[in-house]
Amino acid sequence: MVETKKMIKIIINDQELSVPEGITILEAAHQVGVKIPTLCHLDLHDLKMVNQTASCRVCMVEAPGRNSLVPACVTKVSEGMEVNTHTTRAITARRMAVELLLSNHPNECFTCPKNLQCELQALAAELGVREIRWEGERMDYPKDLTSDAIVKDANKCIYCRRCETACNIVQTCGILSGIGRGFDVFVGPFANIPMVESSCTYCGQCVAVCPTAALTEVNHTAKVWEALNDPDKHVIVQTAPAIRVAIGELFDMEPGTIVTGKLVTSLKRMGFDAVFDTDFGADLTIMEEASELIYRIKNNKTLPILTSCCPAWVKFIEHQFPELLEIPSTCKSPHIMFGTIVKTFYAKKHGLDPDNIVVVSIMPCIAKKAEAKRPELTKDAHNNVDIVVTTRELGAMIKEAGIDFDKLPDSEYDKPLGETTGASVIFGTTGGVIEAAIRTTYEWLTGEELVDVEFTQLRGMEGVREAVVNIGGKELKIGIAHGLGNARILLEGIREGTSHYDAIEIMACPGGCVGGGGQPYHHGNEEIVKKRQEAIYQEDRNKKIRKSHENAEVLELYRQYLGEPYGKLAHELLHTHYEERERI
Amino acid sequence: MTKQQAISVTTPMTQDLPKEKFDELETFIDQMETTKGALIEILHKAQNLFGYLPRDVQLFVARKLGIPGAEVYGVVSFYSYFTTKPRGKYTISCCMGTACFVRGADKIIERLKEILGIESNEITEDGLFTLIDVRCIGACGLAPIVKVDEKVYGRVKEEELEDIINTYRLLEGKK
Repeated sequence: MVETKKMIKIIINDQELSVPEGITILEAAHQVGVKIPTLCHLDLHDLKMVNQTASCRVCMVEAPGRNSLVPACVTKVSEGMEVNTHTTRAITARRMAVELLLSNHPNECFTCPKNLQCELQALAAELGVREIRWEGERMDYPKDLTSDAIVKDANKCIYCRRCETACNIVQTCGILSGIGRGFDVFVGPFANIPMVESSCTYCGQCVAVCPTAALTEVNHTAKVWEALNDPDKHVIVQTAPAIRVAIGELFDMEPGTIVTGKLVTSLKRMGFDAVFDTDFGADLTIMEEASELIYRIKNNKTLPILTSCCPAWVKFIEHQFPELLEIPSTCKSPHIMFGTIVKTFYAKKHGLDPDNIVVVSIMPCIAKKAEAKRPELTKDAHNNVDIVVTTRELGAMIKEAGIDFDKLPDSEYDKPLGETTGASVIFGTTGGVIEAAIRTTYEWLTGEELVDVEFTQLRGMEGVREAVVNIGGKELKIGIAHGLGNARILLEGIREGTSHYDAIEIMACPGGCVGGGGQPYHHGNEEIVKKRQEAIYQEDRNKKIRKSHENAEVLELYRQYLGEPYGKLAHELLHTHYEERERI
Repeated sequence: MTKQQAISVTTPMTQDLPKEKFDELETFIDQMETTKGALIEILHKAQNLFGYLPRDVQLFVARKLGIPGAEVYGVVSFYSYFTTKPRGKYTISCCMGTACFVRGADKIIERLKEILGIESNEITEDGLFTLIDVRCIGACGLAPIVKVDEKVYGRVKEEELEDIINTYRLLEGKK
């Protein structure tokens, strides 16, 4: 039941309005088209990520009757309250707050990875800061370049604490904390150990919300250019499902615009020898995962099965729930499966030396960078995947290459590893992997055709969702969580024995891969993430084939090379193992 | 340029920490009615037991309370009372509060560093002294102040410092 809130009258900049009790001045102002600038504030309502530290003092407004200015982001409205948001006093205070932040901020916008994406930079422009009046003392902390995924540059931190909210409250990883006191404060892991030694999952949600470049991804674009310019290398690229619904944003397109064809064309123009789709790997994953689920059901093995596509989630369970390592599916993630097939089947077919093949993955994800470097995935003398770049990095490369993305004609993915299904596209959103798995499991278990493939009960944005799917008289209980804090709730239930599921899908990022740490910055606008999700389901509906086990090229791959799904060679190539890790 | 954090517990422990002390700490925590909001109290107890808060003790507390290590470290690094380095037998605290400062605390601490041959937050080679700079200890009428453990030396003068330190050296038969 929706609780009806008492309405109260307030006055904002001489406009009288009626608003529900309990909202903040910032929210009320928004309703009458008054924009109060913010910096530390972040509120992704449905994704339950709220940062209300009021530490930046940028949203200060004047409320007659109160001596001092009040921060609009945390001050609740009250009956008869009068607020003036843009008085000279408020504007001056706001500008000064930003000037003070700039006084000890490195002056290197030109070369900064967040140039033109930085919220501090944008705010300085918006508030009309035209000179640095005070050159303050500067921090001098070394950059943390230890991990394969995240770069931490404490000198660019403005103490908004968004990363701490993302890491500790939303993801419950507890890696980042304010360290020290006063001017020397910086954000870092326990005992200021290097990121690589911490229990960081590299989900990248801290990067996704950092307003400056204090936290960014490790940039691997130079490695891609190097490979593309090496005539001895055969360079393969694959794109994850969630890229096609997000990368358009980097070229000023509406969020949720599907640009699959342009994406393929741009990659071909950049000079990749073949452009493939990770969706093929996703279909392969379903073949294996559905087989594993059926095997576990039929042989009374451990249930629930947990999907294993998300490397941040995998690292989370290794650190936080090592006693549950028996339950995740042993399937490698789709892009790693794809890389393996390229280095084996594809290499053999084209007479290529696997060592001369470079597999580049375009991912919405930062954790995939670290995943690709996991020792068990780089053995046998060659990596499964060589380089991982994010949606943002690819966008930058396309611009660097002088490709006018907007004007590109469409083209198709290359064959033979380019055919994909609707099932694989929905891997990009929360609920998608399990829906794809159910589409296949249903037909395999019942032997009947599944007419309506859309399991709407599995969809949505609720953090933890449950559904029961009836498969030929057998009820399959499904659990879904997105965001690691929600995953923790599900896992605790399993550990305590209070919840019973047959299959669980977990994605580390709120919203799933559409909200991934490597996606174009949403700058606090969760509508963007929702539109990407809608586009994913649209792309599914656009596909003629919507079930993984009907992907003809995947079936051909099993016939020609892999043998039985979940069989001996499939095990060797497409499955992996997990290890217990320390929790720090 | 800002100086680097004084705190460093990145290096693994070279000495083994006594198990009995961990047991005592555990009993202390177990006997609490609730551990909610009790982190600082527990860290006080831990520092009393071990003399300082090495990495392993911080992680022990974090795991016992079911909170992230980073959260514990955030608190430990915030309060100057907490230390992550072993302490000497005697802790010399030099008050750097406003009252002491205007009455020359900066010169006092420089002289102490000279006599002891160490910087703040360091321990002398013979393991006798640790020097720390502390914020106001609430005895401004006696500024400037130096404390050796709990003994207060008020209105202290630079030229008296050597004698004060020698008193303790004599006590230990090291002079």
